[in-house]
Amino acid sequence: MNASGQIAERPEAEKDSNAPAVAVEDLHKSFGSQKVLDGITLKVSRGETLAVLGRSGTGKSVLLRIIIGLQKPDSGSVRIQGQDIGGLNVDQLSEIRKKMGFLFQHAALYDSLTVGENVAFPLQHHKSEMSKSEQYDRVRKLMTEVGMEKDLDKMPADISGGMQKRVGLARALILEPDILLLDEPTAGLDPISSGEIDDLVLKLQEEHHMASIVVTHDMYSAKTISNRLALLNKGKVVIEGTFEELQKSDIEFVREFLKHS
Amino acid sequence: MSDRELKAVASMESPPAELPTEDLTSTLSSVGILVTQFLEWFGDLGIFFWQVVKAAVTPPFEFRELFRQLDEIGSKSLPLVALAGAATGVVLSLEARYSLTRFGAKSLLPSAIVFSVIHETGPIITGLVVSGRVGAGIGAELASMKVTEQIDAIEASAVNPLRLLAATRILACILMLPLLTLAADACGVVMGWVTQALSEPLSLHQFINSGFKGADFHDFVPPTFKTAFFGLIIGLVACYQGMRTEGGAAGVGRAATSSVVLSSLFVILADVVLVKLILIFWP
Repeated sequence: MNASGQIAERPEAEKDSNAPAVAVEDLHKSFGSQKVLDGITLKVSRGETLAVLGRSGTGKSVLLRIIIGLQKPDSGSVRIQGQDIGGLNVDQLSEIRKKMGFLFQHAALYDSLTVGENVAFPLQHHKSEMSKSEQYDRVRKLMTEVGMEKDLDKMPADISGGMQKRVGLARALILEPDILLLDEPTAGLDPISSGEIDDLVLKLQEEHHMASIVVTHDMYSAKTISNRLALLNKGKVVIEGTFEELQKSDIEFVREFLKHS
Repeated sequence: MSDRELKAVASMESPPAELPTEDLTSTLSSVGILVTQFLEWFGDLGIFFWQVVKAAVTPPFEFRELFRQLDEIGSKSLPLVALAGAATGVVLSLEARYSLTRFGAKSLLPSAIVFSVIHETGPIITGLVVSGRVGAGIGAELASMKVTEQIDAIEASAVNPLRLLAATRILACILMLPLLTLAADACGVVMGWVTQALSEPLSLHQFINSGFKGADFHDFVPPTFKTAFFGLIIGLVACYQGMRTEGGAAGVGRAATSSVVLSSLFVILADVVLVKLILIFWP
């Protein structure tokens, strides 16, 4: 019972603590006549990292946007820690999103705020009980983890693409989420910056034990940071497994994809 | 005659008999499409407004962003609105002096200026100036945030963008328009007096006394507060156009332009309706 004496409805997630962190089932999505997702089913558990690979336009980013509720699927379901997010209202969806961190492909930093304010943004809105100094300490600690503690007062336009990705990653992690979604974390970066981002993601995953889904074109990055890989083609999962399992596959598309990676 | 000239003459001599009907059908069809698109736009705007109202009345309230917008929309529009109000006062004074002198009613000049400014020119000039400055600003800012996924990032951070971005801007427009109107009115009346005084010595005290003679509460309050409705139109249209933008830099440009054009148009149309309503309720 809650304070007003009413029986509070328990979230499904509490009822089913063994549920996967993210479970996507038979997801379909089309834009006009173009079918982008055609029956995608995936599961990711806590502490596990799934890399979603595929050619451009195969709906990888759309999949992530549906998982966090930025787009609605035509059919199918998305369950976050056992709770189906379909049909939730804005406030209920916000509660689910607090458990998730999202790194956008182009970082999507707020260009009117400094780097430090960008990272502090979720804290200011969801941890109002924290004092300004506590918020600042947490931002500073996370920015140190991503190697950008000296750039707190810079504007997003004044830092490089790789640095923007680091800031985006810090912002995604500031609420200590259970689930991390990364959309092309190394796209557009030079090999050294890509490697640094991969190392950073690995380190943060080890420290925070999140369930992660990484959408990428970069096979090397996928191999480095993930436990499992799922390869998408024409809106379907062609194969799902470890990198070694993908290498052993006889499927023509898988062999072709690996050959060109 | 060349072949081409012969063909041209032939086509002039035997015009297709069914062309006017086809033209009419095609015109009606185009009009129908335009009407449908307008109704769809208006319906979507209504749904957007309802969603913003729902977001605005439920906590958490975004007071910090609201104060930032009050400053952005209010304080930063003040110089422009004051200048527009002052220029209107000068023009009104010059025009009214010429007309009233011709009809032998020069003594009514202060009243003509004051009543024109506070009844109509002050509010409508404020509405149009703000729809130009603020409408374009909000439309372009939100459109830019939309195409660079910043609005999605706000949503992904579990913050309602309608509450943070739209509700604060619309409320700031509603609150600031009447205050800006007061500034435009004051500047218009003072500059009307200055223009008058340059032609014929007259103290500000005399001008105000004469100008506000016979004026009461109803002459001042309803026309000033009708601009809150202009604020609602400007904020709502600009936020809606900005937040539904698609298509990169070109989309941002389109959103800014359409925000200004549509909000100015609706401010003028709303003024027609509001003036009539004011005359009905406060004759």
